[in-house]
Amino acid sequence: MHLLAIDWIFLLEKLILIVIIISISLGVAMYSTWWERKVAAWIQDRIGPNRAGPLGLLQPLADGLKLFMKEEIFPASSNKILFLLGPCLAMLTAMMTSAVVPWASHLHIAGRDVPLQIADVNIGILYVFGVVSMGVYGVMIGGWASNNKFSLMAAVRGASQIISYELAMGLALIALVLHTGSLSLGVIVEQQAHQGYWNIVLQPLGFLIFFVCALAECNRTPFDLSEAESELNFGYHQEYSSMKLGFYLFAEYVNMFISSVIMATLYFGGYHIPFIHIADPNFAALAGFIFLFAKTAAFITVFMWIRWTVPRFRYDQLMNLGWKGLIPLALINLLITAVVILLHTQH
Amino acid sequence: MQSLTNRSKPVERKPMTWVERIYIWNIFKGMLITGKHFLKKKPTIQYPEEKRTFSPVFRGVQVLNRDEEGRERCTACGLCAVACPAEAITMEAAERKPGEENLYREEKYAARYEINMLRCIFCGLCEEACPKDAIYLSETFAPANYQRKGFIYGKNELLIPDPKTQAQELAKARGQL
Ligand code: SF4
Ligand code: SF4
Repeated sequence: MHLLAIDWIFLLEKLILIVIIISISLGVAMYSTWWERKVAAWIQDRIGPNRAGPLGLLQPLADGLKLFMKEEIFPASSNKILFLLGPCLAMLTAMMTSAVVPWASHLHIAGRDVPLQIADVNIGILYVFGVVSMGVYGVMIGGWASNNKFSLMAAVRGASQIISYELAMGLALIALVLHTGSLSLGVIVEQQAHQGYWNIVLQPLGFLIFFVCALAECNRTPFDLSEAESELNFGYHQEYSSMKLGFYLFAEYVNMFISSVIMATLYFGGYHIPFIHIADPNFAALAGFIFLFAKTAAFITVFMWIRWTVPRFRYDQLMNLGWKGLIPLALINLLITAVVILLHTQH
Repeated sequence: MQSLTNRSKPVERKPMTWVERIYIWNIFKGMLITGKHFLKKKPTIQYPEEKRTFSPVFRGVQVLNRDEEGRERCTACGLCAVACPAEAITMEAAERKPGEENLYREEKYAARYEINMLRCIFCGLCEEACPKDAIYLSETFAPANYQRKGFIYGKNELLIPDPKTQAQELAKARGQL
């Protein structure tokens, strides 16, 4: 009986956390679209959305409403089940990654330590990788089920892009893991807090590779070959309309948010605030959470900044950069890290 | 071949250097450039709230004039319709009855006078053609409409307010109020 009681509270705690994190992710994704339009506008010397509400803050709601009102279309020659599965999968994989991210240190409520992380699995990074690789199915299935050659072409491109860049991303991460010695994201953050400096100091090259690959994984410009508007009409979601299209677009922003969080966690100390020690655990958790968000927002802004600066790569350039540029670079980075760590442990 | 202007520059075709091939530095430079635009003052004019002043020679929607006594000047001669390159003007003439002298200046007047704003190219030739100073191009433009037929402006829309009976409206339309 006693065990059961504790389990219930634990379940409730996790459930609340999941609901909060999902709504935050969705909210952030929503307002990323607004921010993206603002950033784009500013870079192009425009003002951007400013009609719906103050500063155009209601614009995402208006956009969502518009998407809901659109006609739901299933192309006659499409595979209905797969066609529906595509956007669902894209959204699912985008959201799933958030499970292992440590959002802040422990909260202390009513004598209980509440970790602000849905699941501190000891293979956190591996899990992230697994889920991110599944993201390619959303693109692939969507493009395939549309039964449209442009969509299919875009899906093939997207799949090959994600697979190629995953390799370099993984290699960059292995170098980091060599240093941390753990795959758990929670441990990695704690370690950075302990050692007093962030992992970016040790792994600048690794971070750069990771960042470029993250851009590619999120299908962001300059790697948005799978939705190249100008050459493939709209890529894999060309046949989609209404909220199914909304899911795809939304998943892209959720992905961007999550990968920014992961980058902040792995290389920029996560919720750790340097030089400041806050005694009260609840307050520290809150401050850490806000700090993590600030870092994430900065990354998202950089993503957007890049998008509105550089044009899209050509397919061969993309493959060249991935296979002949990033992978060797990641391997060298791995080798150097390994040698340094070896020398370090011997002394 | 000799170039027409001396502004043309030969395209550089030398292979990319190592720094260029690695993209990072050049992308960074590009981001600096776009970053500069981030906080620049925007040239946007917030249209409905903020309006740009037209130049004095702006040619907008036509108005049909009245004389000082408030009589319509148009005599339905059709010269404007003939001059119109877009064939936007249609009219029907009628004879002035005794007792209507206070309404129409000439013995013949336009019972119907329509300009199709979707056809009109605002060239101002009607204004030039008119022998009676009856038609002028104003400084406004036709507002949006939901239907095409809403763009066919009749006398109701075109005639200016009567300076005698509707002095207030006229002053307003002229922007004097
Ligand atoms: S402005 Fe030109 S196009 Fe328009 S009605 Fe007059 S003559 Fe025709
Ligand atoms: S507006 Fe002038 S040109 Fe046209 S019919 Fe009337 S009087 Fe003649």
